[in-house]
Amino acid sequence: MSSRGKTTFLAAVGLVISMAASILLLHHIDEIQPRATIEDALYINSPKIVRRASLGFDGLMACIYWTRTVQYFGHRHFLREHSYNELAPLLEITTALDPHLIPAYQFGASFLAPRPPNGAGQPERAVELMRYGVQNNPDNWNLYYNLGFIYYTELKDYAKAGEAFAQGSKVPNAHPFMKILAARMAEHAEEYSTARILWTATYESSKDNEIRENAAEHLRSLKVDDDVTQLQAAVDRFARNSGRLPANLWEVVAAERLPGIPLDPDGNPYELSADGQVQVQDPDDFPFLTKGVPPDYKPGPPKFHIQH
Amino acid sequence: MSAIEILDLEKTYMVGFWRKRPKRALQPLQLTVEEGEIFGFLGPNGAGKTTTLKILMGLVFPTAGTARILGRNWTDPEVKAQIGFLPEQPYFYDYLTAHELLDYYGQLSGIPAKDRKRRIDEVLSKVGLADVKGLQLRKFSKGMLQRVGIGQAILHDPKLVFFDEPMSGLDPLGRREVRDLMEQLKQAGKTVFFSTHILSDAEALCDRVAIIHKGELRGVGAVETLTSSVQGKVEVVWQGTQIPSSMKTLGAECHATGDTVRAVIQEGQQDAAIDLLRREHIRLIAITPLRTSLETYFVEKLQHSQTTAGKSA
Amino acid sequence: MSARIVHIASNTFREAVRDRVLYNLIAFAVLLSGAAILVGQISIEIERLVVVNLGLTAVSLFGIVIAIFIGIGLVSKEIDKRTLYTVLSRPVRRWEFIVGKFFGLAGTLVVNTFFMAIGVFAALFYVAHKFSASDATILVALYFIVLEFLIICSLALLFSSFSSPLLSAVFAFCLFVIGSFANDLRGFAMLAHGFTRWIATAAAYLVPNFSAFNIISAVAHQQPVSAQLILQNTLYAVFYTAMVLSGAVLVFEHRNLK
Repeated sequence: MSSRGKTTFLAAVGLVISMAASILLLHHIDEIQPRATIEDALYINSPKIVRRASLGFDGLMACIYWTRTVQYFGHRHFLREHSYNELAPLLEITTALDPHLIPAYQFGASFLAPRPPNGAGQPERAVELMRYGVQNNPDNWNLYYNLGFIYYTELKDYAKAGEAFAQGSKVPNAHPFMKILAARMAEHAEEYSTARILWTATYESSKDNEIRENAAEHLRSLKVDDDVTQLQAAVDRFARNSGRLPANLWEVVAAERLPGIPLDPDGNPYELSADGQVQVQDPDDFPFLTKGVPPDYKPGPPKFHIQH
Repeated sequence: MSAIEILDLEKTYMVGFWRKRPKRALQPLQLTVEEGEIFGFLGPNGAGKTTTLKILMGLVFPTAGTARILGRNWTDPEVKAQIGFLPEQPYFYDYLTAHELLDYYGQLSGIPAKDRKRRIDEVLSKVGLADVKGLQLRKFSKGMLQRVGIGQAILHDPKLVFFDEPMSGLDPLGRREVRDLMEQLKQAGKTVFFSTHILSDAEALCDRVAIIHKGELRGVGAVETLTSSVQGKVEVVWQGTQIPSSMKTLGAECHATGDTVRAVIQEGQQDAAIDLLRREHIRLIAITPLRTSLETYFVEKLQHSQTTAGKSA
Repeated sequence: MSARIVHIASNTFREAVRDRVLYNLIAFAVLLSGAAILVGQISIEIERLVVVNLGLTAVSLFGIVIAIFIGIGLVSKEIDKRTLYTVLSRPVRRWEFIVGKFFGLAGTLVVNTFFMAIGVFAALFYVAHKFSASDATILVALYFIVLEFLIICSLALLFSSFSSPLLSAVFAFCLFVIGSFANDLRGFAMLAHGFTRWIATAAAYLVPNFSAFNIISAVAHQQPVSAQLILQNTLYAVFYTAMVLSGAVLVFEHRNLK
């Protein structure tokens, strides 16, 4: 082989081998240190400093931080982590870099406020974030909605929630349900239907997959809660009328002249425990249940129904 | 073993930006150069001389064909140890001094350290740069750079040297020195292959020449043969302005200039002409066999090829 | 063979030095000492932080600039000025030329970094009045910066072997920036679908990944550095550089030199 041919061959082989080795190494690094960037990215915790360090490329940096935020939360959420300490700083930096990045505020409302493992459990910071968002985007009714949402669901402050919904309803092009929600807050109206309106509103007004999935899960669990409440009432009526617990739900169905045993959103029939409690067949499918769960239930790994 | 054997070496470039068209820089070239001779590679600018040299140096890759240098394949890296190259209008690392440059080249040529210094000094004095060896090359004139170029080409005492336009940029004294140097190389048994478009240099120096034009070889031959009295004519010069009528019968072309007449006659008519002049009591000044100059041969080859090129194109 | 590479490398080093590249050290020294003195006067517990952060960032940036500016001309300048012809007419293989140039530039940067390191430690001593054991991690940070330089040098050299200096500078700089955000690029890729995802992932793995090399903040906060990270980064830098240099050799081996 000519000298040139030999060199070409060896160089090509060298190229392929070292390329493969580099890629494998990177892959390996990925496995053992998946979130290295996040941790050390947040050595700069202050939004002001990040802003200065961006050399004027705030918008791009905001996008980058936003992507990191989503990945950070998604990864930890999947592992059912109990702490999301970096979520608030990440969101604060993102919105400091770009105050008009609306999805970031929505993400904060959905995942910064709720308690772990579904969120970071920092509703006050979430409120601050929403107020900052409202200040910078006064024409966006959605942010008022998120603010009211947090006050209602996590802080149980109906007065402030009502205020937020009312302010939001005055924004031009606000969705009609803002007025409705403001009114319901004022009336301390019935919890389930209000919650249903809220989660439906969230589901419909967001384009983010994680937020929608979260809202959908809430709605499903709400349905179960509602069903269980109604069914439990029927079981209790039966017990009062016949003086004994029903042997199974068919007796209740017959007594109430229902078309059949009600099915949960999965399509599984509800069950009756030995001591007369209505339960759902597979609690793992409904992460946000407050009713219909056996007393000794321990949540398993999360199962989600909307695929990424 | 020939010093250089070129077999069907060919180079076609693709020119143009979007749709590339082929441009033939070198038609299949056949050439042989023997050891110990000075060989001139002649042609007008753009003829393909530099392309040929670059291919032989491995700087450009031919589209087809091969060459052997000193018996080895021209792509063999070991060949390089035996050859030296002076490119056209050379330029060297201007941050180095002449001495440092030659030292660097010596290292790359594999000259052992103990021989290098001696060799560098020898070469520098040979090319007349001994007193500027500490001067940075950025301060060198064109002529000085040419000398450095020659120096690096002969530094490792190669058997065969390639010079591309070695006289370019030199004043008459410099050109004389380069000519002397090339003669010296030949005396030492080296082979010199150089390209030029200055025919008088080639005529003075070369054993053999080749003429190339538009990438095609037009002619090869020994200088002696090519410039011998091909035409077989003789020039006769006599005193006065008189032109005897019988001169014309001999088929002479006569021109009177000043107080002499110059006539060109066939070689065979020489004696008849002399007798004629003597009979007419005309004083003969000179009789000289006319030699074709290389220039004539050159131009003829170019024109000839243009007409054939016109037919074959 | 290796002798020729060494000669080419040392000539490249000599060229850089005579090109007055080492004068950048003066600018660096001025910057760092100015900062050290300023910060030493303010004295609010962050002197060490400032000196380490500023010093290492300056080492990194100065070096990247030098690597790119010298690297882009390594081959193209020799071709333009035709100094390459007389080199290649000698028993020098084209690949030896590439490798020699690489080591010459890398060597220049190592020497430059060495002097800068002395400056950083001097400034550190000035503000902190003593060295602690954790300062050894600064050496690791410097080592990682040098590894980054190796990668950038090889990239600049690759571009120099086929592209003009201006384009080479643009490409090399782009790759440096993208490489600093390589992990984010992988993140973007993971969120994409289909063909785009495939392309983005391939790109994310092929660009140099500098994320793991930048431990300046960690070192400023006196965090320890794991031996595994050192090994990993070393291996990655070696393989990545080898890959790029192989590419440069391949390109250069087949190039017709005008």
